[in-house]
Amino acid sequence: MSDFDDLYRDIILDHNRRPRNRRRLPTANRVVTADNPTCGDNCTVYLRVEGGRIAEISFEGSSCAISQASTSIMTSQLKGKTVAEAEAAFAKFKNVVTTGRAPEDEPEQAAFAGVHAFPARIKCATLGWHAALEALQQPDQPPPAS
Amino acid sequence: MPADFSLLRADFPVLHQTLAGGRPLVYLDNAATTHKPRAVIDALSRFYERDNSNVHRGLHALSMRATDSYGAARARVAKFINAADPAEIIFTRGTTEGVNLVAQSWCAANLKPGDVVLLTEMEHHSNLVPWQLAAHRVGATLRFVPIVGDNAELGLDLDALDRLLTPQVKIFAFTHISNTLGVTNNVADLCARARRVGALTLVDAAQSAGHEPLDVRALGCDFLVFSGHKMAGPTGIGVLYGRRALLDTLPPWQGGGGMIANVDWQESTWKPAPERFEAGTPNVADAIGLHAAMDYLDTLGRPAIAAHDGTLASCAAVALAEIPGIRLLGPRPGSPRAGLVSFALKDAHAHDVVTFADQDGIALRGGHHCNQPLMRKLGLPSTVRASFYLYNTEAEIVTLAASLRRIQKFFGGA
Ligand SMILES: Cc1ncc(COP(=O)(O)O)c(C=O)c1O
Repeated sequence: MSDFDDLYRDIILDHNRRPRNRRRLPTANRVVTADNPTCGDNCTVYLRVEGGRIAEISFEGSSCAISQASTSIMTSQLKGKTVAEAEAAFAKFKNVVTTGRAPEDEPEQAAFAGVHAFPARIKCATLGWHAALEALQQPDQPPPAS
Repeated sequence: MPADFSLLRADFPVLHQTLAGGRPLVYLDNAATTHKPRAVIDALSRFYERDNSNVHRGLHALSMRATDSYGAARARVAKFINAADPAEIIFTRGTTEGVNLVAQSWCAANLKPGDVVLLTEMEHHSNLVPWQLAAHRVGATLRFVPIVGDNAELGLDLDALDRLLTPQVKIFAFTHISNTLGVTNNVADLCARARRVGALTLVDAAQSAGHEPLDVRALGCDFLVFSGHKMAGPTGIGVLYGRRALLDTLPPWQGGGGMIANVDWQESTWKPAPERFEAGTPNVADAIGLHAAMDYLDTLGRPAIAAHDGTLASCAAVALAEIPGIRLLGPRPGSPRAGLVSFALKDAHAHDVVTFADQDGIALRGGHHCNQPLMRKLGLPSTVRASFYLYNTEAEIVTLAASLRRIQKFFGGA
């Protein structure tokens, strides 16, 4: 497998073509937009946090396949998680994209192991994660105006 | 016109490498920076091996040689852009530093609250942010000449320009060639319109200086800036041209050695231009490298280079326009364009396109091209840009088009 095929695994291409949870969340009580200043991409993550858990999560924004897919997969992984669990999941994901070591128990995260051969793209893979983790640190907000 | 530009590839050592997978390098990122011919690399080594010394201060043999060469480089720049006097040529680190110099020095002396600095919507961040800093400092206002036309044929709105050119406008700064759109502005006409209301002009020639002849007196501009590294010269050297009468009225923007006439504990007096604006040890070696680059370009002839780059970009626009789902910016395919093509693919983000093309040995640029407000106006987060220079060939356009077709298929899932 070339570095390129390793970067764009099928699971990533699939999430890029059909992103999960890609929409505005009118009931969100946390909203954060993260920018990637090198390319102008951005990603907005919507969370509804209830009793310390992520009750609902979605995202919007224009970004590359790596960023779309990682955010799409992140939303499916973080639903129902506590803040501590979300932070642990991100630590694991960051380890995958920076070392290229694929965890056997996390096939979806393992798909991003190829990113580590493209250091410039690590920021793309973590854009949505950064937005979500920042949102988790915030106090509750009123729902976004519709 | 030289018989065959492809023969020039032999002059550029960097082009003779193969990338991973044995692919030849197809370098189409020339609007970001160009490669350097052997003549420039040799001029740099020769300086460090033989003449290396500080300028202006020494009376010994090497210092005199270095001083002479640095002065000769300045005179060569004056000739290159047809300035009346080498004292009108200030060496800078590049385009960005030239704009900052004018925005700080000229604005500090001349800009008042309520004055207007006029820019256009197609300026690179380096011809925008320095003016923001300067205008905010004194309470002046920034205004922008809008871009009109549909996405395939964008240009400055000249009616709006004339409405915006009020007596409050003190300076109009604009780009010659847009690094994002490939649009060429009519510099002489824009300068003439500005002059009618008494506004000064600054021309960002970063994308034109290495590609086409420039004559500051025919253009009628007050200031003009460009970078050596985008015209086959070294990084770290650039030029600010300013009309002599104007430069002599401007205060220094940095203080230090080399720029003073007399220094006392509390006060100092300045040398005239250009030394007044070149505090500290200048970039002697790269000025000499730039001299070699100008000689190289003029041996080929800038009209021939412009024709070569423009023809390649036009061919590329026509070839790429046939790719399903592509959106080209700038002049319509088939119309004259500067040496670059900017585009977006429907199913593939600019980043993914650049990564994919890189696997084919093709160097492209993807992103906002330091034009964020413009991209926002166009409703595009980013585009891909292919930009051409004298060593590029039509065969490379064929490689590019084939790669883009595969990219569209790969991400579109067709
Ligand atoms: C139109 C334009 N202006 C200014 C610049 C800035 O040039 P530099 O980074 O060499 O100062 C560039 C290049 O990036 C450019 O394309």
